[in-house]
Amino acid sequence: MQLTINGTQHSVELPGDTPLLWALRDHLGLTGTKYGCGMALCGACTVHVDGKPVRACITPISVLEAKEITTIEAIGEDATGRALQAAWVELGVPQCGYCQAGQIMSATALLKEKPLPTDADIIDAMSGNICRCGTYNRIRAAIARVASAQAAKP
Amino acid sequence: MSGTSLTDAGADAVAGAGAMAAPAAPALSNVSRRRFAGQLAGLGGLVLALGFPGAGRGAGARKYGADAMPHGAVDNPLVFVAIGADGVVRIVCHRSEMGQGVRTGMAMIVAEELDADWSRVRVVQAPGDEEKFGNQDTDGSRSTRHFFEPMRRCGAAARQMLAAAAAARWELPVDEVEAEFHEIVHRPSGRRLGYGALAEAAARLPVPARRDLRLKDPARFRYIGKGELKLVDGADIATGKAEYGIDARLPGMLYAVVARAPVYGGTIKHYDAREALKIPGVVRVLPIAARAAPPAFNPLGGIAVIATNTWAAMQGRMALKLEWSAGPNAGYDSIAYKAELQSAARKPGKVFRNQGDFDASAAVAARRVQAEYYIPHLAHATMEPPAATARIVQGKCEVWGGFQSPQGARDLIAKRLGLPAKDVTVNVLLLGGGFGRKSMSDFGVEAAVLSKAMDGKPVKLMWTREDDLQNGYFHTVSLEHLEAGLDAQGRPVAWLHRSVAPTIDSTFDNKARNEADWELGMGVLNVPFDIPNVRIETPAAQAHTRIGWFRSVSNIPHAFAVQSFVAELAAAAGRDAKDYLLEVIGPARILAPASVGDTWNYDESPQRYPLDAGRLRGVIEAAAQSADWGKALPQGQGLGIAAHYSFVTFIAAVVRVAVDDNGALTVPRVDIAVDCGACINPDRVRAQMEGACVMGLGLALQSQITFKDGHPQQYNFDTYQVPRMSQAPLQIHVHILPGDFGKPLGGVGEPGVPPIAPALCNAIFAATGKRIRHLPIGDQLKA
Repeated sequence: MQLTINGTQHSVELPGDTPLLWALRDHLGLTGTKYGCGMALCGACTVHVDGKPVRACITPISVLEAKEITTIEAIGEDATGRALQAAWVELGVPQCGYCQAGQIMSATALLKEKPLPTDADIIDAMSGNICRCGTYNRIRAAIARVASAQAAKP
Repeated sequence: MSGTSLTDAGADAVAGAGAMAAPAAPALSNVSRRRFAGQLAGLGGLVLALGFPGAGRGAGARKYGADAMPHGAVDNPLVFVAIGADGVVRIVCHRSEMGQGVRTGMAMIVAEELDADWSRVRVVQAPGDEEKFGNQDTDGSRSTRHFFEPMRRCGAAARQMLAAAAAARWELPVDEVEAEFHEIVHRPSGRRLGYGALAEAAARLPVPARRDLRLKDPARFRYIGKGELKLVDGADIATGKAEYGIDARLPGMLYAVVARAPVYGGTIKHYDAREALKIPGVVRVLPIAARAAPPAFNPLGGIAVIATNTWAAMQGRMALKLEWSAGPNAGYDSIAYKAELQSAARKPGKVFRNQGDFDASAAVAARRVQAEYYIPHLAHATMEPPAATARIVQGKCEVWGGFQSPQGARDLIAKRLGLPAKDVTVNVLLLGGGFGRKSMSDFGVEAAVLSKAMDGKPVKLMWTREDDLQNGYFHTVSLEHLEAGLDAQGRPVAWLHRSVAPTIDSTFDNKARNEADWELGMGVLNVPFDIPNVRIETPAAQAHTRIGWFRSVSNIPHAFAVQSFVAELAAAAGRDAKDYLLEVIGPARILAPASVGDTWNYDESPQRYPLDAGRLRGVIEAAAQSADWGKALPQGQGLGIAAHYSFVTFIAAVVRVAVDDNGALTVPRVDIAVDCGACINPDRVRAQMEGACVMGLGLALQSQITFKDGHPQQYNFDTYQVPRMSQAPLQIHVHILPGDFGKPLGGVGEPGVPPIAPALCNAIFAATGKRIRHLPIGDQLKA
C-alpha cells in the first residue's frame, strides 16, 4: 500500500494491521518515532496524521491511505514545530531525550490548535506523554515561551 | 577523516570498533594511582582516629574513588583527544549518556583545559574497552566525581603538547608561548598558530608527566561552572536524529522478542511454535537456555521469536503455545511477604552498629516512639526498554545498545559465546533512560546468543514494556522498623533502626539474606545524628525475584523511614520539624564514616569525603529559606522537609502540598537545596534535581510492582503508574550551594530522589494530620 510520509509517497508491503510505528521504524528507517508502550499509554510514538496527533503504536497502516503523515524528522518544516525544537534546545529540556520526539509532536499539535494555551491547557494536552526523566517543567516552559513569542509577532 | 590527529585518523567513525585506535606514540608513564596517599599527613588526628576500615576487604592498601573501580581512571590525551588538520577537536566520552548530560560534561572539562573553541568540539562515544579508557560503569553517580580530575589532566596535557609543538616550530622556549582559544600565541611577536596546524607535530611529542601539568586557575574557566553551553545532543534529540540503543539498523537485520517465564525461576516444560511460524514475517522460533541461580546478569532464558520486523515477532510470540514449570517462587505474594517483613522487623536481626546501650536508655526514656515504614518493589520503566542489536562476522561479535556498563556487557557476551573479550565489540548508543536497569546487560547477551543461533546474522532484540515490567530487575521491597526514646525535653537519646529487605547481593549469591554493609551505608548507618545510644540491625529476608539497582538504590527506603521518623519525633515532642531535625543532627562537625559504622562510604576516601554534619545543616537551612519555611499557609496546605546524604552529596527538600476535602493531592511547589561541591555544568545539576524530584514524587504517590502467584501484577503504564505532567509540581526551585573546585565533588544523578518521598509525607502530615508510612500513597488520603 501507499503511505504519504513527510510529503513523500512510500510503498510498503506489510499486512494492513501493522501499526504505523513499526512501518516507520523497521521498514522506512524513520527511527525518530519511538516505541514506549505499544498501547497508546505513553505518547513516545506520537506523529501527526492530517495535522492531528496520533499514537503510531496502535494505528494500523490500513487506515492511513490518502492521509498526510508527519513525523519528528519533518516537523521542523513547520514554523511552530521548528520554534518548539529551538526552544527545546535553548531551555535544555531533554535529559535522556527518548520521549522528546513525541513531546514535541504533541506540543506542536497543541499550539496549532490553541496558539495561546493556559498552563491548564498545556497540562491537559501533554499529560498523555510520559517523560520518565521528569522534564515536565521545562517542557511546559518551552511551550509557553514559543506561544508567547508567536503571539508577540505582528 | 582527512586531517592529521593527535591520536590517529579514523575518529569520524563514531562508536565504531577501534575508532580511536592506539597511536604509535609514547604511552603515558604509569603515574601513581594512589593519588591520595600524600594527602593523609595533613589531616593529623583525624587520620589517626579513622584508621583504615577497608583493610578487611583485601590485601594491601585500600583504593578509593576511580581507583577502587575496575581499570581505574585513564588520563592519557592520546586516548581521549584527537585534533584534525581542520582544527576540529574530537573528544572521547567513555561514560554512557542516559540523560545526566555526561557527553556534554566530560567534553566540557577537556575543552576547558585545552582552551578549545566549543564550536569546534565534537564528542565521540567510546566502545566498551576499559583497559584503554578506564572504568566505564556509568552507575553510582560517579562519572563527574571520578573523572573531573583525569579529564582535566587530559585537556591540560594536550594543550601543553600543542604549546610545545608551536615553541619548537618558532624555536622559542616553551614558557614564552601560551594557549588562547584554539590557538597557540607568542605575544611579543604576535605569532599565532591554530591547533589544527600544530596537531601532527604535537602528537609526536611526549605526553607531559603529571607533575609537569599546569591546570587552569578555576577563576579563568570559560565553560566549567557557567552552565551556558547547550547539550551536545540537544539538537539531534529535538529533530529525531539522535540514535538510541533501540535504533541501531544493519543491512539484513532480523527482529526478535523473547517469551520469558512469568515467574522468576520458572523454566519451559513444553512449547509449540507451529502457529507462530504461520505469522507472515516470522522466521524462526528457538529457545534461549536459562542458567541456574544466582541470576547475576544472565538472560532469564525463554523462547525467542525471530522475524523480519518487530510487529511480526510480537505477533509470533502471542501465537506461541507455552507451558512453564512454576519454579521455587510461584508462591511469591506481596501481601503475604509484607507480613513476613513486618514479622522479621519486630525481632532482633544481625547487628551492624551498637553504640551506647539502646535498651537501657530506651527503658528509662521519658517517652518512647515506634513506627514502621514500607516501600514496595519498583520498576525502572526506562522509556526505552532494554534493546540491543548483535551480529557475528568471522568469529567476531559486534553489539550496539544502550549499556550503562559496556565493558561489563562485553565480558558477559564474550563468556557466553566462548570468545575472547577482544573479539567482542560493544558500541554504546544513547540510552533512553538508565536508572540502573541498563547496568544489567542481560539484554545484550540475549541479542548475541540469538545472532549466533542465526549464523551471525544481525538480530535486534527488543523488550516490550510488558517484558520490562514482568521480567525486570526490581528495586527491593523493604520494611524499616524504628524506635526511639526521648528525654524530658523531647530530644532523642535512644535510636533503633531495623532495616529488612531482600539484598541486591542475592542477585549474585544464593545464600545472601541480609542487607549488605554498602546497602546500610545508604542512609541507615551514615546518618549524622547527635544521639548517644544507637543500634542498627538487619534481619534476614529471602529474595523471590531479581533484585537490582534502581536510581539511588537503598537510600530510597532508608531516607523515607529516617526522615519520616524524625518528623514524627518532632510532632511527638511538639516541636517545629525543621528546628527539630537540625537539633537531632546537632552542631556542625566532621564525622569519620567509620565512627558511625560505615566502612564503605561509597568507596570514597573517608578523609576526602567525611560525613559532614555542617553541610547537611547547610542544605536544610537553604531549602527552608527558599521555601519560606514557617509562613502561614491556607487550610489544607502544608510544608514538609527532609534531608539526606547520599552519593557523597547533601540534599534537602521542602515540599508544599495541598490536599482537598476529597483527599486529592497536588504539589504546588518544591524547594531543593543541593551541596554536591563545585558544579561542572550547573544547568544539568538543576535538571537532575528537577527530574529526581518528579521521580521521587511518582514513587511516593503511585508506583509499585506487586506480586501475586509469583509474578508482577503490572504489565504496562496503565497498571504501573509513573508521574505525568499533571502530577508534576508546578514549581521546582533548585538552590545550588557554592562549591570549590579544589575540593572533592559529589554525585548528582541519584541523590535528588531520596528526600522527596519523606518531605512529601511530612507535608501531608502538616496539611492533614495524617501520617503516611506505607508507600505508595495511592488512595490512602481518600475518605
